[in-house]
Amino acid sequence: MDIFANLLPAELAHHVPVLVVVIPLIAAALAAIMPNGRAGWTVAIITASIVALFSLVLLAQALDLGVISYALGGWAPPIGIEYRVDALNAVVLALVGLVGLLCVIYSLPSVADEIEEGKQALFYSAFLVCFAGLLGVTITGDAFNVFVFLEISSISTYTIIAMGASKDRRALTAAYNYLILGTIGATFFVIGVGFLYAATGTLNMADMARILQENGHDRVTEAAFAFIVVGLGLKAAMFPLHVWLPNAYAFAPNFVTAFLASTATKVAFYALIRFLFSVYHPDTAFVQMSFTWVFAVVGVIAMFVASAQAIFQTDARRLLAYSSVAQVGYMMLGLGMGTVLGLQAGILHLINHALMKGALFMALGAFALNFGVRQVADLAGLGRTMPASAMAFTIAGLSLVGVPLTVGFDSKWYLILAALERDWWWAVAALILSSLMALIYIGRMIMVVWMEPVPAHPGAEVKPRHAPYMMLIPTGIIAFANIYFFFDASLLVSLSGAAAQAVMGG
Amino acid sequence: MWSPEVSLALTLVIPGLGGVFVALLGNKPNLREAATLVSAVLLALNVAHLIEIAPSTPTLVLANVAPGLELAFTLEPLGAVFAAVASGLWIVNSLYSIGYMRGNKEIKQTRFYVCFCIAIASAMGVALSGNLLTMFVFYEILTLSTYPLVTHKGDEKAKRGGMIYLSILMGTSIGLLLPAVIITHFLAGGTDFVAGGLLALNDVQPMLAGILLVMFTFGIGKAALMPVHPWLPNAMVAPTPVSALLHAVAVVKAGVFSILKIGTYIFGPELIAATPTSDALAWIAAISIVLASVVAITKDNLKARLAFSTVSQLSYVTLGVMLASPLAMLGGALQIIMHAWGKITLFMSAGAIYTATKKTEISQMRGLGKYMPWLFIAYTVGALSIIGLPPMGGSWPKLFLMQGAFEAGHAIMIVALVASSILNVAYLLPLSARAFFSPADEAGLKKQPPALVIIPPVITAAGVIVLFFLIGPMRDYLEPVFMTTANTGGS
Repeated sequence: MDIFANLLPAELAHHVPVLVVVIPLIAAALAAIMPNGRAGWTVAIITASIVALFSLVLLAQALDLGVISYALGGWAPPIGIEYRVDALNAVVLALVGLVGLLCVIYSLPSVADEIEEGKQALFYSAFLVCFAGLLGVTITGDAFNVFVFLEISSISTYTIIAMGASKDRRALTAAYNYLILGTIGATFFVIGVGFLYAATGTLNMADMARILQENGHDRVTEAAFAFIVVGLGLKAAMFPLHVWLPNAYAFAPNFVTAFLASTATKVAFYALIRFLFSVYHPDTAFVQMSFTWVFAVVGVIAMFVASAQAIFQTDARRLLAYSSVAQVGYMMLGLGMGTVLGLQAGILHLINHALMKGALFMALGAFALNFGVRQVADLAGLGRTMPASAMAFTIAGLSLVGVPLTVGFDSKWYLILAALERDWWWAVAALILSSLMALIYIGRMIMVVWMEPVPAHPGAEVKPRHAPYMMLIPTGIIAFANIYFFFDASLLVSLSGAAAQAVMGG
Repeated sequence: MWSPEVSLALTLVIPGLGGVFVALLGNKPNLREAATLVSAVLLALNVAHLIEIAPSTPTLVLANVAPGLELAFTLEPLGAVFAAVASGLWIVNSLYSIGYMRGNKEIKQTRFYVCFCIAIASAMGVALSGNLLTMFVFYEILTLSTYPLVTHKGDEKAKRGGMIYLSILMGTSIGLLLPAVIITHFLAGGTDFVAGGLLALNDVQPMLAGILLVMFTFGIGKAALMPVHPWLPNAMVAPTPVSALLHAVAVVKAGVFSILKIGTYIFGPELIAATPTSDALAWIAAISIVLASVVAITKDNLKARLAFSTVSQLSYVTLGVMLASPLAMLGGALQIIMHAWGKITLFMSAGAIYTATKKTEISQMRGLGKYMPWLFIAYTVGALSIIGLPPMGGSWPKLFLMQGAFEAGHAIMIVALVASSILNVAYLLPLSARAFFSPADEAGLKKQPPALVIIPPVITAAGVIVLFFLIGPMRDYLEPVFMTTANTGGS
């Protein structure tokens, strides 16, 4: 980590917090005027590389210094907009930056196949806007700024989901559904922020926290809390606000699904943690109540209901989408424990789940590219025709179940330990049962991949065909990360521990 | 000689490298089989060295996963003995595999041998594991690496068997074993195997310990205690060498060995005896012993009969642990050794009969003794050992278990053990009688089986008799393990 902390010259390093957001925004404009998809991709890959590097620099600095505060335009907070990085959002930034980079590498062959040539440059432009929005939500210390970036990322997300229409027209209705619900969510969120502003007279989150602590709470701030939880919960696909997600994941371009599944919901969940723990105080009575009765209980319900729905899906990506909703339930449960260990387990699972779902959706994208796979039944024989991608899929799938030697095991371990610490035996039982449900739905997919024969095509013999290296290598890296971070769990465990400490420690 | 830590590492490295070489030499069958045999011999020599140094307990940390969590090997007598059984029989079984796989022209032999290497490596991992986490990790790898072996034939029946195999073993391990491991970690602040019993040293309430004991016993599905046994008969769709080494030795013994090791080093005999559930579990084990034997009688398919016999015999070990007296636990440990040698003989005989005649049903096997006298002598010796007659090794565990039951105040269990022996006679010996004394109903054999499927069972049958006379040293070696209590021991 130390090499990153001092990698950039001091002048530049000082401005990194704002550059992380500004560079992709400018690049988005640049990509829009590029003549073709390949040029647009080049802009995207350069941007993503810079962002990935900068996010690591920020992570190293944040771990080193504690909190980095950057005053936008030189206006000191709380008057001006503050970008504020601590261990928690530095970790999320690094996750978004690194996974984003891998996704962009992956995107070239996938996007070339799925989106018509004339729209590709615009697609990359919209993607970069979304990327900038997600990074902005993560890094900003200003409540209204969160709303702005949330909308930037959401509106561009509706666009890139709708671009799946060239393969399947249903992408349009999926994007439209998401647009309606996403807008409702954003409205809820901005109403909540408005109430908070009315009550505290500030938009700076650290300042808000201080004033709320001094003045105590009243109906207005409690109502604001409810609005914010619903608004962000919708973005994070928290059960039962997840209804937009299955179709969006199922019909978006494969690259978009992989990217959103491993970053977008994670960022929204981060924002939720930020409001719950930094703006509101976890010791406040009604926040405590929401931990147990909203997050933990609803999280457990999500784990069961969404897993059960996943078991009965026939569309491969919808199945994994429902699984994502269930996995968000794990994070809700961890957060709902209201302890440092619980939050740490939730954040650890947030990172790990990005690794699992990233690899799973990337592998599905590779299957779709070569063999047009959409349904679970279409996975038949891929163990023979695309063994490398199938292996990555299997590793990530086992990780989702929580088999040892994968990061999923660490998630389960820490979540269960945290539940035991709170004497929540029902949560232990729920975690175990829902792991078994994951075993059923993922096991079914893995069985089809390896055990079913290659479907016979009249006239043509199906030959083994690897995914393009540009897809295979990022998929392989993320799948390998699922194993690597089991053996080197201390890295992720200490990062998530630092993140949890940053918002709960004092 | 090098340091003990190196030897510990080698137990994993040798079969691992063996697997790599087997994979690389996939298109040169003779060299490939040589790679398997060389790894097997080297592994056995290495384990023999470990047996020698086992009174000392060197530890090798494989990986520091996270603060407080590590993958580590620690040598101790029980693990050394289990490793010796599995690695020793791997040599014999490799010879046999060559004869069987070639004799039956099986497909995908390279994958078969690679998975075999991984399975052996994970069995070694279970044997030498220094804490529950390590044991759990290798236990799961063992399940996953044997799945391709079970479904080797690739037909519908194999797929169905594999499905049951995987769902029961994964389901129980994730549903019960994993939470039990984590709860242990939570209660004791770690999962290391400690002489005298980790939970006993941490003064865990007997009630809570009793719940954990149930979770461990059923969570270790490989021990095939009823009602989590159905995976075992279903795994018999695998080629016979797999059934022989894995489903009579490595996999199932990894299961009961885990229960024995957890009973000894996590609970400790005194805590087990104090739990309210151990009596119930002992009864379930006794019922498994008798019931599985009864089911075995009804099976005409030889491998199915042997599978249910295995279910029955495995529960001897579980029974020994639940009785929790030093002699009973010694009996359980000896059962791991003796049953392995006896049952592998029987399975290899079944495979040899199949290779020579393609017969799988006992009722068809009339008069075969004339054509394959050595094979059927070996079968009979193995059967007598399972039954528990001297001078076969299998007589000792029964004796110690009976004494142990008496010592623990559960003399009633002796009835189950005697009933089991009688039932063993009823389902194992008819084949010997039929082979030697019934007239053959065919003119003769189509072909003589390859020598490589006849010699290995003869070797293991001879081993069964030799083991009978080695009881003194084995007892001296193992007994101290069960004599350490939480009060006097602890390290």
